[in-house]
Amino acid sequence: MNKVVNDFSIIVGTKNGSGSSTANNTILRAIFKMGIPVSGKNLFPSNIQGLPTWYTIRANKDGFTARRETNEIVIAMNPDSFIRDLASVAPGGAFFYADDLKSPITRADIAVYPMPVKQLVRDDPNVPSDFRELVGNMIYVGVLAHMIGIDVEMIRTALDFHFKSKQKPIEMNMGAVKAGAEWAKANLDKKDPYVLEAMDVTHGMIMSDGNTAGAIGSIFGGAQFVSWYPITPASSLAEAMNDYLPMLRKRDDGKNTYAVVQAEDELAAIGMAIGAGWSGLRAMTSTSGPGLSLMTEFAGLAYYAEVPVVLWDIQRIGPSTGLPTRTSQADLTFVNFMGHGDTQSIVLLPGTVNECFEFGWKSFDLAERIQTPVYVLSDLDMGMNQWMSQPFKYPSQPMDRGKVLWEKEIEELKGNWGRYLDKDGDGIPYRTVPGNKNPMSSYFTRGTGHDENARYTEDSGVFRENMERLKRKFDGARNLLPAPEVRLTKGATIGILAYGSTEPAIIEAMHQLEVEHGIKADFMRIRALPFSQEVKDFIEKHDEIFVVELNREGQLNQLLTIEFPDRAVHLRSIAMGDGMPASARWVRESLLEKFDAGKAGRRNKAKSAANKTKVKKEAAAPKKSSVKTKKSPAKKTSSRKK
Amino acid sequence: MTQPLPMTGAAANVNLAGLGKNDYKGNPTTLCQGCGHNSISNQIIAAMYEMSVLPENVIKFSGIGCSSKSPTYFMNRSFGFNSLHGRMPSIATGALFGDATLKGIGVSGDGDTASIGMGQFKHIMRRNVDMVYIIENNGVYGLTKGQFSATAEKGLALKKQGTNPYMPVDICMEAVITNATFVARSFAGNPKQVKELLKAAFAHKGIAVLDIISPCVTFNNQSNAYHSYAWGKDHEEPLHDITYIAPRSEIMLEEEMMEGEAREVAMHDGSVIILKNLDHDYDPTNRAEAIRILSEAQQNDWITTGLIYINKDKPTLEETYNLVDAPLNRLSESDLRPAPAMLEKVNALMF
Repeated sequence: MNKVVNDFSIIVGTKNGSGSSTANNTILRAIFKMGIPVSGKNLFPSNIQGLPTWYTIRANKDGFTARRETNEIVIAMNPDSFIRDLASVAPGGAFFYADDLKSPITRADIAVYPMPVKQLVRDDPNVPSDFRELVGNMIYVGVLAHMIGIDVEMIRTALDFHFKSKQKPIEMNMGAVKAGAEWAKANLDKKDPYVLEAMDVTHGMIMSDGNTAGAIGSIFGGAQFVSWYPITPASSLAEAMNDYLPMLRKRDDGKNTYAVVQAEDELAAIGMAIGAGWSGLRAMTSTSGPGLSLMTEFAGLAYYAEVPVVLWDIQRIGPSTGLPTRTSQADLTFVNFMGHGDTQSIVLLPGTVNECFEFGWKSFDLAERIQTPVYVLSDLDMGMNQWMSQPFKYPSQPMDRGKVLWEKEIEELKGNWGRYLDKDGDGIPYRTVPGNKNPMSSYFTRGTGHDENARYTEDSGVFRENMERLKRKFDGARNLLPAPEVRLTKGATIGILAYGSTEPAIIEAMHQLEVEHGIKADFMRIRALPFSQEVKDFIEKHDEIFVVELNREGQLNQLLTIEFPDRAVHLRSIAMGDGMPASARWVRESLLEKFDAGKAGRRNKAKSAANKTKVKKEAAAPKKSSVKTKKSPAKKTSSRKK
Repeated sequence: MTQPLPMTGAAANVNLAGLGKNDYKGNPTTLCQGCGHNSISNQIIAAMYEMSVLPENVIKFSGIGCSSKSPTYFMNRSFGFNSLHGRMPSIATGALFGDATLKGIGVSGDGDTASIGMGQFKHIMRRNVDMVYIIENNGVYGLTKGQFSATAEKGLALKKQGTNPYMPVDICMEAVITNATFVARSFAGNPKQVKELLKAAFAHKGIAVLDIISPCVTFNNQSNAYHSYAWGKDHEEPLHDITYIAPRSEIMLEEEMMEGEAREVAMHDGSVIILKNLDHDYDPTNRAEAIRILSEAQQNDWITTGLIYINKDKPTLEETYNLVDAPLNRLSESDLRPAPAMLEKVNALMF
């Protein structure tokens, strides 16, 4: 049997609340420490305890870490999902299961490995009875470690990290890992081809989830005020602020340079953040769709009164409560147009955990420079799952506190300033903040019509001129925003446009399209709204542009169509919202389907048709491509960046 | 901006801050002539002038409604934020973190506080934010032309609205129940008491809820309406005669006042509130007693006024957060951005 090395997916089916996340994270971290590119995704229910939950791990030597729809190794620990789990094993794959689950094995095309999980835990005198279920999960870690070749020392390293070097839990869990591994060694024969072998690709990299990265980035951005209301999948961002702020920002005298307030609802969360932003603090809130809906009225006030504030939206799938624990990119048009009346939004779109960190600090600079709400649209997949990443990079620019006048500046202006006066011609006025002791510094902020001096007015002309200035301000802001990431391919005939967490699936799909179908694509990942000149150039350069996103409507495609109506016929929307992270298979097959109808498609039709059988085969079995990618997607992907 | 600087060298009519009464003025009111709210704005001006408060040390807040317009009619030299309907508390909570040395004066109405804003009102009291929270309470929506508010009494009949079928919200009762640390009620027709209570509220550390019955002369001033001038004049039941004595002033009790006839409440800033007994002794530090007299007032349709409840010993929200001494909005990059070495430490933790 030929070995398949470092190229397969594992899925673990357990009961929610059974403590399997320690076990699954341990597998993930151990593979990462073996130097093999890896990703982990938690596919969990909206439930505290009892419902089925799954965790997928993908190891891939070429650095492709998007979710796959196929799993070669399935571990079944939950009687309620046993039949489904068994059916999901790829032909030729391996099925590990706790042998107390007494369901019939109905497959002959896979390797089957029963594990005496309960017995092994009971036999260990060091495991108290109330810890048996938790520690039982480490038995499958041990069995799997022996069967696919996970380095046991790396498992210890992972546990040491997880338990913060506390010896007692580390030893208890290591005992179960070893018991599982030894039992497997004595009792199981390897009948499947899937193995891991150490590499050196991930050394020097870190693992983080996007919410933690965003929180730490915000702290390095000088976050001073965080108000939030619990909501999945955004809570862990605010909680990470609570975790890291004391370590990073507490003064030696124990006093705080920041405040985190858990509000009574999202109305209050955004209200407090706007109040704090107005009074000169770097203020933020984090939420998801339902919370954002509640924040809408306040967002309009902040736009019109020109208050800096940062809002993180960790998207989950709606409408309404939707699937609260599943990912989505469906808040894009909502946020872009957020608020009644004529409004505009600055939206940042992080596509990696490193960008979550970067936009954490950058969002404050932009909010204070442009004096407006800045939205950071992450998603559940990015925010809550662990991703390999280059280490976080220290902010490349000093803080930009924007146009703020203190006592001295007001004195120098001899009081000759107006809160909404466009002195510099860039649409961005000067502001003062409470606590300024110069008697000429104050002004009255309002959401009602106001003139250049912030005085109430119902004058039509003044209102229109102010709205035109706001538009100018936003047009100018395009140049301040993060430029798109572009990956150009020599001889590319098509373009692909996307944003956020879908990049790994798209990069993998592009590789497959090139190798298996001869289709070469340029790729642009948009990192901010409103669109920059680069986006226009990219769309004009390509006859066929595929816009890939995780929502039903094709929302990025809608925005592009509005902004570039004369290019609308060149745009092909690849859009789906089912709550799952994107897979390369979905991107590739959707693109091929639409591609056939296009101009470039006709050119390559013969070639594409010839490869169709291959497509189907690949969908079910692992890719055995011998072609090496030039760049690991785990590394920096940009070839053109501002 | 357009505010005049204080006149230098003008010795007459200036307070201890060196400011004249004009330094506390706002724009001319656009509310109706005779509106109770205008009288309250004037008392805020007088109280702040007499207390020698620097306008730059105050932030004005409001929500939406007639009452919420009034912060433009006093203290032009103070920053102000006229926010959203019912959302003044959250704006104030966040804004006061910017510089915890500043004091908030919020003006809301009965719709803004007891209808759309009830949730935020309850939570700002829970948090004990350091501000004066005034409710200009007239039982009616003025700007939208005369609908019932949540404090309108059951059975109130208004033009176009018919008869109010619901029980009213008692703002002071809500405040006492929610552990607000200063709760008072007054009547715009009793300006002296309004002013003294405003001073006491301003001297209080923490949330000071001041429910002022402030008649709407256009939509709800018929003599049988609870929130009318006529009803207030006939049914106001002051708990005591209240006098605020500023710090540094020598406390001179009236000679004829016998021991047991007055109560002194010493405030943290050195000021003293003298509560002269009227019918009987009332102890505003007794929460159960506060609830009892509010129930009694409800049963008898009285407007019981005065300092209903005070608890001086609870930390304010800002105090609970143990903030650095300098205002947070004056901190610079070196205070706010951790050093590069700290990022290396963080990266080492990311696994």
